[in-house]
Amino acid sequence: MDAAVRAYTVRLELVDEPGELLRALEPISENGGNLLSIYHERGNLTPRGNIPVEVDLECRPDRFDVVVDALRDAGVTVIQAGEDAYTEQVTVLLVGHLVDTDLSDTLSRVEACSAASVTDLSLDAPEGTDDVSSARVHLAVESDGVVEALETVRAVAEEKDLQVVEPLVEGSA
Amino acid sequence: MGAGAVGRSVVALAGEHGHDVVAVADSQTAVVDDDGLDAQAVLNRKSERGSVGDADPGAALDAEYDVLVEATPTTLDDAEPGFGHVARALERDRDVVLANKGPVAERYADVADLEAESAGRVRFEATVAGAIPVLGTIEDYGRSQVTAAKGIFNGTANFVLSRMAAEGLSYEHVLAEAQDLGVAEADPTFDVDGTDAALKCVILANVLADGDATYTLDDADVEGIRSIPPSALDLAAEDGRTVRLVGEATAEGARVGPRLVPESGPLAVTGTQNVVQLDTDAAGALELGGRGAGGDETASAVLADVRRLED
Repeated sequence: MDAAVRAYTVRLELVDEPGELLRALEPISENGGNLLSIYHERGNLTPRGNIPVEVDLECRPDRFDVVVDALRDAGVTVIQAGEDAYTEQVTVLLVGHLVDTDLSDTLSRVEACSAASVTDLSLDAPEGTDDVSSARVHLAVESDGVVEALETVRAVAEEKDLQVVEPLVEGSA
Repeated sequence: MGAGAVGRSVVALAGEHGHDVVAVADSQTAVVDDDGLDAQAVLNRKSERGSVGDADPGAALDAEYDVLVEATPTTLDDAEPGFGHVARALERDRDVVLANKGPVAERYADVADLEAESAGRVRFEATVAGAIPVLGTIEDYGRSQVTAAKGIFNGTANFVLSRMAAEGLSYEHVLAEAQDLGVAEADPTFDVDGTDAALKCVILANVLADGDATYTLDDADVEGIRSIPPSALDLAAEDGRTVRLVGEATAEGARVGPRLVPESGPLAVTGTQNVVQLDTDAAGALELGGRGAGGDETASAVLADVRRLED
């Protein structure tokens, strides 16, 4: 996979029937998409009585339209596929005294200072909240805002003495 | 110059490559024979008595040679004594092949100035990623055609991170294991703090800048891997990613630090492997992989440079 691979989020609506999820995922992997995560809101129905599913995937930009077309060809309802709705997903790891340094403040400042919104957070604090913990943050960033978003994360982290593990993105040296 | 693992391998392999070794020096002694030394005898003496000969090390610098191979340990700041050896050779209009990173990482501008005034040339393939022909490939494509080089430049740090990710073990545990296996040195600072990778990236940045700017280790943005906990690697793995100590070089500078990379991507090599990705204008990304360290591996890169000097 070369550096040009980007992360995308696709929102789907699935009929509540066995095998529907698998049927919706196959066109993604068969067309060069790499599944990152699937958020399957089973308890939550859309007005049409379907189940909303959010899929994060990686692929080359030129493959993304192919993936979306393949989903539609397979009869899957793609809710969000307008080009303007696409944001890039950027993943960063934060390491350090995350809880002591007010993690929610850290995240809200990242959201405040850049064109980014936090879409997912996983915290792993194996030694309890007093010790060093790790967090994985998914940011949805407007496509040309990645550099700025990462700069913001770096600045907030530096102030709080946290370590940032950034993704390798093009032109980042 | 230098009779460590790389210097000894160069002496051992030079004959196969059609070269005569006329002088060998370690830090204390030297042996010189204008008609060519018996490589095996020199190596035997080094392993049995700890010295290569009875002469002063300076005698090797004064010998009648065509190419000086500078393989003394890398030193920072003034890069001595390696830099002085390079200077002596260039003053005598002799060619130089470096395995020592110091002179081209810390004093690239000085080396370039001396080279400009000399009929001798300086090559340093072995200083970046051992056996992998990174600099030769950049030369072949043209420095201006390569926009960036990024990759895994330190096998020890990569071994530690890939074992931590695979086994869920702590940094300290894996480092101790690496030391037992001989993958990490007793003092692993240079490797795990990113210094070794940073030196290689600084050299690459100097090459890519092609005289428009020069860099030293102080100019590089360097972060190591000591503070990466297993929990961070677990979180990365849940996402199909992993963490590697990635070095990047462009004409604008060098950066080394732990970075998130796709688990199935080209930079997620395991063990002590090195990999370097060159971004080119016309040809896209090229990936070069292989062994980034080791006596024979690095000596192969030295001898490749010697062969290039024959042209």
